[in-house]
Amino acid sequence: MTLTNIAMIEPWIKIAKGENVAENIRILLTTLGLPLVGLLVFLMLWQVAASNINTSLGQFPGPVEALDQAKGLVSEHIAEREKAEAFYERQEARNAERVANDPDYVPKIRPYTGKPTYFDQIFTSLITVMSGFLLASAIAIPLGIIIGLSANLYSAFNPIIQILKPVSPLAWLPIVTMVVSALYVSDDPMVPKSFVTSMITVMLCSLWPTLINTAVGVASIPKDLVNVSKVLRLSYLEHVIKIVLPASVPMVFTGLRLSLGIAWMVLIAAEMLAQNPGLGKFVWDEFQNGSSDSLGRIMVAVLTIGIIGFLLDRAMLMIQRRVSWDKAATLR
Amino acid sequence: MNNPLLEITGVGIEFPTPKGPFCALQNVNLKIHKGEFVSLIGHSGCGKSTVLNIVAGLYQATTGGVVLAGKEVNEPGPERAVVFQNHSLLPWLTAYQNVELAVKRVFKGKKTKAEMKDWIEHNLELVHMTHALHKRPDEISGGMKQRVGIARALAMEPQVLLMDEPFGALDALTRAHLQDSLMEIQKELNNTVIMITHDVDEAVLLSDKIVMMTNGPSATVGEILDIELERPRNRIQLADDPTYNHYRHEVLSFLYEKQRKPDTEAPAKKVQEDENKQSDVA
Repeated sequence: MTLTNIAMIEPWIKIAKGENVAENIRILLTTLGLPLVGLLVFLMLWQVAASNINTSLGQFPGPVEALDQAKGLVSEHIAEREKAEAFYERQEARNAERVANDPDYVPKIRPYTGKPTYFDQIFTSLITVMSGFLLASAIAIPLGIIIGLSANLYSAFNPIIQILKPVSPLAWLPIVTMVVSALYVSDDPMVPKSFVTSMITVMLCSLWPTLINTAVGVASIPKDLVNVSKVLRLSYLEHVIKIVLPASVPMVFTGLRLSLGIAWMVLIAAEMLAQNPGLGKFVWDEFQNGSSDSLGRIMVAVLTIGIIGFLLDRAMLMIQRRVSWDKAATLR
Repeated sequence: MNNPLLEITGVGIEFPTPKGPFCALQNVNLKIHKGEFVSLIGHSGCGKSTVLNIVAGLYQATTGGVVLAGKEVNEPGPERAVVFQNHSLLPWLTAYQNVELAVKRVFKGKKTKAEMKDWIEHNLELVHMTHALHKRPDEISGGMKQRVGIARALAMEPQVLLMDEPFGALDALTRAHLQDSLMEIQKELNNTVIMITHDVDEAVLLSDKIVMMTNGPSATVGEILDIELERPRNRIQLADDPTYNHYRHEVLSFLYEKQRKPDTEAPAKKVQEDENKQSDVA
């Protein structure tokens, strides 16, 4: 992201200075112009297609309707926040009054229980996906290293990995729901059950790319580097920390990026079914709601999901660039 | 001379293959004294690298054994530091850090932090790499990487320095520079060195003793040639030196007359074999 930003600012400056104008205009047209053209063509096709589709909920929303709905969601969010603020202000005023009358009174603040806005739901989704993804990584990276270091363990684990890898989140969800309901019993749960269910489903589905890539990365460390470690008589732990981990960082990150992409996709499906408050539930609720605004709002959600997925991937890429020593690897 | 520092006695090795065991080496005997520079030379695939790997402890001999300073060798260790053909520096560490990893491992508790730092810098200075202490392997040339690899091995203060075709991957000019550097270092430190090479000039120029290996399978030591040229040696003066040329002739006649590759008449096959060898080495 930062690199493309720089690439887009630089030509403008150069044109302003009158340096190499023709060449810089060409750079601008390709880096900035072509994506814009692509976007415009997409919006036009969307508009044309939308105007030709009539659903039971009315005309299919085009880009303009979607934009209206997006604005609506933003103003709803602002209105809801104002209501919450007013609610807390009223409570404080009341509490102050009661304390003034009765010095022994311990003031209580009751939380605001208004419905979650669109942005609250995005936030919940992000928290859920990150928890599931981090949990998956915490399991997959160490396990991948152990499996990658031993050809025998690799052979033993490989069939299980290959069989569990293609399982859809929809198949996991009922099982996870039942198991979580049975095991996660608490009078005062720290997090809601639906959150745990979604998180574990995300974890189960996003485990595999990181696991496989880490194992392959570890197994394919050049023999020379392993020999260096042997000549230096590094212990198993030192070997892992000083040689294996850094050597496999590029592959681990390839796996992590794939995993995060899968985690985000799985999350939406899991939230729809587990009714964990998030973007998935938003889409499902709008679908059930079936008002004339619903399709427009779902389109906003679809675009939001896409943009967030893209940003998550870019963020991983930036971390990878920072952490990985292998600058020669093409990162895209 | 008194007792040899390193004794290779009756070493043979068999590798299991689907077609039954393949005998790569048989009855290799070699005695190396302290401060000697010994080259192993032979055709591709004759098992020179295997000998080195057995001394390094990376391979286990099927028969016979290696004794270094009265102790049997059965695992790798820093007292037998290896300079690998492909430098094998850790690509995520700078030149300094690569040497540091070895120094920290070998001198933990024996040197203070400041002493270690001096020692690392001293060794990189020996190989003329002071200007690129904090560069990573992908930022320096092939010859420079190999210099750092040598510094890393020297920094372990090995009893025997093992070099596996250390200059094989370099161009001729760079190779000559590194050979001169190595002679300079050798003059100062007088290490015991076993070097594998397929370059006749390199072997004669650097060695006190050239060990010529017969062709595999079941390769063994064919002839041993003592090189009694005065040091310091100068490649330009030696080019016209009759003794030097005599030694070259000896090695060449061993390689191309006595141990001529049986399939040199079929060039296509030989090329293919050479390629296989290359990937073996890498």
